[in-house]
Amino acid sequence: MKHARRKLVGGVFTSLTGLALALILSMLFLIVFDVVRGGAGTMSWAFLTTAPEEGMTRGGIFPALYGTALLTLLMTVAVMPVGVVTAIYLHEYAPKGSRFAAAVRVAVVNLAGVPSVVFGLFGLGFFVSFLGRSMDRLLGGGLVWGQPSVLWASLTLAVLTLPVVIVTTEEALRSVPASQRLASLALGATVSQTLRRVVLPAAAPGILTGAVLAVSRGAGEVAPILLTGAAYYLPELPKGLSSQFMHLGYHVYVLATQSPDVEATRPLLYGTVLALLGLTVALNLVAVLIRARVRRHGRADA
Amino acid sequence: MDARSLGSSFAPREAREAPGLGGPSRWRQRREKLVEAVVTLVAFLGIAALALILVFVAKEALPLFLDTEAMKEVSLSKLFLPQVVREGRPPAFVWQPVSEVPKVSLVPLLLGTLKTTVVALVLALPVGMASALFVAEFAPRRLRVWLKPVVELLAGIPSVVLGFFALMVLASALQALTGAPVRLNALVAGVGLALAIVPVVFTVSEDALSAVPSSYREASLALGATRWETAFKVVLPAATPGLVAASLLALGRAVGETMIVLMASGNAALVSASLFDSTRSMSATIAAEMGEVVVGSPHYSLLFLIGVLLFALTFVLNTAAAAWVRYLNRRVGVAT
Repeated sequence: MKHARRKLVGGVFTSLTGLALALILSMLFLIVFDVVRGGAGTMSWAFLTTAPEEGMTRGGIFPALYGTALLTLLMTVAVMPVGVVTAIYLHEYAPKGSRFAAAVRVAVVNLAGVPSVVFGLFGLGFFVSFLGRSMDRLLGGGLVWGQPSVLWASLTLAVLTLPVVIVTTEEALRSVPASQRLASLALGATVSQTLRRVVLPAAAPGILTGAVLAVSRGAGEVAPILLTGAAYYLPELPKGLSSQFMHLGYHVYVLATQSPDVEATRPLLYGTVLALLGLTVALNLVAVLIRARVRRHGRADA
Repeated sequence: MDARSLGSSFAPREAREAPGLGGPSRWRQRREKLVEAVVTLVAFLGIAALALILVFVAKEALPLFLDTEAMKEVSLSKLFLPQVVREGRPPAFVWQPVSEVPKVSLVPLLLGTLKTTVVALVLALPVGMASALFVAEFAPRRLRVWLKPVVELLAGIPSVVLGFFALMVLASALQALTGAPVRLNALVAGVGLALAIVPVVFTVSEDALSAVPSSYREASLALGATRWETAFKVVLPAATPGLVAASLLALGRAVGETMIVLMASGNAALVSASLFDSTRSMSATIAAEMGEVVVGSPHYSLLFLIGVLLFALTFVLNTAAAAWVRYLNRRVGVAT
């Protein structure tokens, strides 16, 4: 009798936890459903490949797509070498109990916790005001680098995504069995040769996951680029590294909050959100798939 | 044998620099040393980045405490104590940095951050932890493999999209539900924020719960406890360090999150305890006002000062979380 009551109470609470999960899943579904329903009508090849027209109440989002791609490309070029090499230091070179390695780890954890808008302030204070103005003073060609631009925005995002790359790369290095390193060293290869020819190729899929996650994160962040280079509207595509740029995420913010005619821009807004959401969800799915494959292969090797 | 730190622990330093080596071998040794030096140098960039963030955000805020012009407009008492805004009225907290006489009280912004953060945590902590408990303890194994990545997809949704969703969908739904006089308010922003932090709470909690040794569960079940009793009274307490870490991480994320609050809170810097009033957070203030500010003005420096406060707050939270987890791990004796 008493046991039956305990079982009943347990059943009720267990269902409550299941309900909590159902709540999260249904919110996720609701977001995706709303965006797809609202944006599907607008989404077309023309929408993706034409520029906004008539004060952004008509036309497409090509400049924003182009700007987002350029931004994340530059960011990836900047963040991958630094992130991967830092992870290599932490996992392959750092002596056991190294204080320096511990300090690097603490820094990385804290870097991951810094609010994105503070990264924006940092980009403005360091890259734009300090580096940019110093470059202008040295080169003497007037105001070129000392203002927000796609270069400074992408470098800011590179600092922001650095922890993502370091953590995923280290995980990838950890999944390479020690026996492979030992075999290579025993055959007379040096540590760096072992890294380049044995460890890194084996860890490549995991490192790729880090790159994909970083791109996904970088493509979706708006607060940092708001302060370091994103433009409300530009009639032309960015011409060089010192140009400002349009960005999908910022475009969503602009259309959602600064539009003079909300009803007229509503389809455009939903279309833009669908493009951004599609991009980031696709990237995340790719990362999940690579990861699942790596885990399966990793187990087979071990 | 531990395969970590190959470069320095596999062989003593003298052995790696054997003196009798000929030309090519010596060249190889030098190259190895050079690679190690470069790798170490690059690893230093992580520390440098964190230091540069603090230095350069603080540097732009510094004029507030040094420049005599700026000190007239901004002082500690003006930032945190009530000020007489209009003759004959009681002193009040007002944030109006671009009026004839700038009013720079940070209290409305601190309150805005507090309100939205509390709403988000009250919603996200129980829901996220309960879901983690379900996935870790009750879900069938085959389902579990799928559930975690799906919930983590929510974490991959950009915050501007969550802000858009809060602005377009949640705001209307919540207004219909609560009858709030203004559409965009602290409650809407808080619910939007909850969507952003619930995956953080879920993932970290689920990792902590899964890391509890199964011998704990087996012992509890063998003593006649039901599955719920085992999960709630044995597994959950053993995972406390991870759950605390999840809460602190979520708190840090909620305090710093910008776009959702910027889009869904209404952005009026009011001093009000009501969740149905429009509100303005610290992070949203930076994002909203940095575009129009005169570079180098006291207002510009003030926005950087808010940034320093946000940085300090999240830094303390992260450090506290790490220290607390280490302490509890030692006490509970479970590796998470």
